[in-house]
Amino acid sequence: MIKVYVPRDSSALSLGADRTAKAIAAEAQKRGIAIELIRNGSRGLFWLEPFVEVATSSGRVAYAPVQAKDVMSLFDADFLKGGAHALNLGLTEELTWLKKQQRLTFARVGITDPVSLADYLAHDGYKGLKNALNLTAAEIVKAVTDSGLRGRGGAAFPTGIKWNTVLNAPAEQKYIVCNADEGDSGTYSDRMIMEDDPFVLIEGMTIAGVAVGATIGYIYLRSEYPHALKVLNEAIARAEQAGYLGEKICGSAHTFNLEVRRAAGAYICGEETSLLESLEGKRGQVRFKPPLPAIEGLFGKPTVVNNVISLATVPIILDKGAQHYADYGMGRSRGTLPIQLAGNIKHGGLVELAFGATLRELLYDFGGGSASGKPIRAVQVGGPLGAFLPERQFDTPLDYEAFSDIWAVLGHGGIVAFDDTVDMAKMARYAFEFCAIESCGKCTPCRIGSTRGAEVIDKIIAGADTVKNIKLVRDLSDTMLNGSLCALGGMTPYPVLSAINHFPEDFEVKQQKAAI
Amino acid sequence: MFVGTALTSQETLNLVSRIEVHIAAHRDIPGALLPLLHAIQDDIGWVPEACYLPISKALALSVAEVHGVVTFYHHFRRHPVGRHVLQICRAESCQAMGSEKLEAHIKSSLGIDYHETTKDGAITLAPVYCLGNCACSPAVMLDDEVHGRMDAEKVAELIGEARA
Repeated sequence: MIKVYVPRDSSALSLGADRTAKAIAAEAQKRGIAIELIRNGSRGLFWLEPFVEVATSSGRVAYAPVQAKDVMSLFDADFLKGGAHALNLGLTEELTWLKKQQRLTFARVGITDPVSLADYLAHDGYKGLKNALNLTAAEIVKAVTDSGLRGRGGAAFPTGIKWNTVLNAPAEQKYIVCNADEGDSGTYSDRMIMEDDPFVLIEGMTIAGVAVGATIGYIYLRSEYPHALKVLNEAIARAEQAGYLGEKICGSAHTFNLEVRRAAGAYICGEETSLLESLEGKRGQVRFKPPLPAIEGLFGKPTVVNNVISLATVPIILDKGAQHYADYGMGRSRGTLPIQLAGNIKHGGLVELAFGATLRELLYDFGGGSASGKPIRAVQVGGPLGAFLPERQFDTPLDYEAFSDIWAVLGHGGIVAFDDTVDMAKMARYAFEFCAIESCGKCTPCRIGSTRGAEVIDKIIAGADTVKNIKLVRDLSDTMLNGSLCALGGMTPYPVLSAINHFPEDFEVKQQKAAI
Repeated sequence: MFVGTALTSQETLNLVSRIEVHIAAHRDIPGALLPLLHAIQDDIGWVPEACYLPISKALALSVAEVHGVVTFYHHFRRHPVGRHVLQICRAESCQAMGSEKLEAHIKSSLGIDYHETTKDGAITLAPVYCLGNCACSPAVMLDDEVHGRMDAEKVAELIGEARA
């Protein structure tokens, strides 16, 4: 039977993939052709969604973007045999955009049926866990340490070191917590893993559990991701049925149970201690550190808290070996980073590359420039707490240390592009406003500083005492940077000050206008 | 669905009996409060104050603690909503693609601001900060479905379908 693939990823759905799938099924039935319609994950070329593929003897042929109205003409063009059509893009594997990537964490994404365990196993799934079960706990942790994997949530803390602390913390109960509260604007790689290859996350968490001796795992999932919730729960149920979760996993002595917990729309719960408070059923207020969550985490027990991408990268490290992963990358940034192109960009999507590619390559070679056709004036990397970068910094390589050197952050790898219509004073104001909305209220610099900051920027926008008020924003930012309890208050100055430093004209022009 | 903020005593009674079912299903799980509040909102559409006392008793918390949690999280609503909830993304990626204009247009065409419901009870408007659809900005979410590359016309179509 001919296999036709129509993605079920929520970005594909947001552009009409369900209607396309229905139209293909209906048209096939009408013509009396038997097809197998597979709802795969997305390949990540979002400007081309709905991205339809047909399996042919020479490989999968892509037709994109396919709306329901195009379906009849595709059948007329014999697309089930890879026939010529205006939307025919040729073999998917030959598309330059994909060929130039180094997909390790995203190796299966877009290729397989996300909830098919058989498909997962047929594409190297659970090889990492099989290897891990033949190693000692210390050997698993060593492999993760040697791979050089650093926390992909944004803080870039070495994952193996965190695991080692939990391994060596004696306790009757330990936990693995997956931080899936992906709230940064411009990021969606966690969502893609959970919707498009959920078993890789489940496998990664299971390996973590085996490594540190934790028997319970929680995925703390943001409430804005209902599709991910459905897919994860379905995949967990299938893994349980097949003996990959529960007691005596894969016939070993290990137990690992996994549950998805829904967040409730608080950005601050992406901060690990506030996440733990939330999981315990409390207000998501940040905890003082120490104690580290690795020593006293969830319900006071040693807890590994890792981002989705960090955990989803563990299986390939245990499958192919630490060195294989560490061979990618530059400097102290080892391996690959799933980069998300977003905002005003012509070709937005998921690009997984070894660390070291420059912003310019991402924005122009992959991104194709802005969507509006106007010059890209600024990019914000690393979410709402990341710095804005001007064009002269576009040659910075994507590397944690290189970004840190220019007072910017790589964060979770989200890149939001803005064209030349952007008003950077407004963006600076928004940064304060967002911080005020999302502050947990525990520390004063964040709780009060964010509101005062927005007020002062309002004065600057109105042209009142610009020089004096910019100095005031700098003073306030200094307090927030050094006096906040966590990264929300502590990093809001990044977008604010980078906007002022790199785009002073947007703050000065207001003053001149007001003077006239 | 319970429309109108003032509940009659009968409505309150009905609510409490419905809430008891969720309390019984959740009271013994670790960190029960958030899953329980989700279950209540999924069922009723919002979290009525009438449930604070029974929850506090079941989970050995004070009413203030329950209130504190409900009000901390943007997701939990303390008032009834319309038949559909339309969330507009206000985050940076959508701003880069003109979401502010779209936001203003939607508000004026519906004649409501955020956290308000249209007179016909069809649509409640809410802001949201990122839907993870940032390669297809601007994005909105109608109930549980995300819609990408939105413009005034497409949103009007969505609203029309929701009202039908």
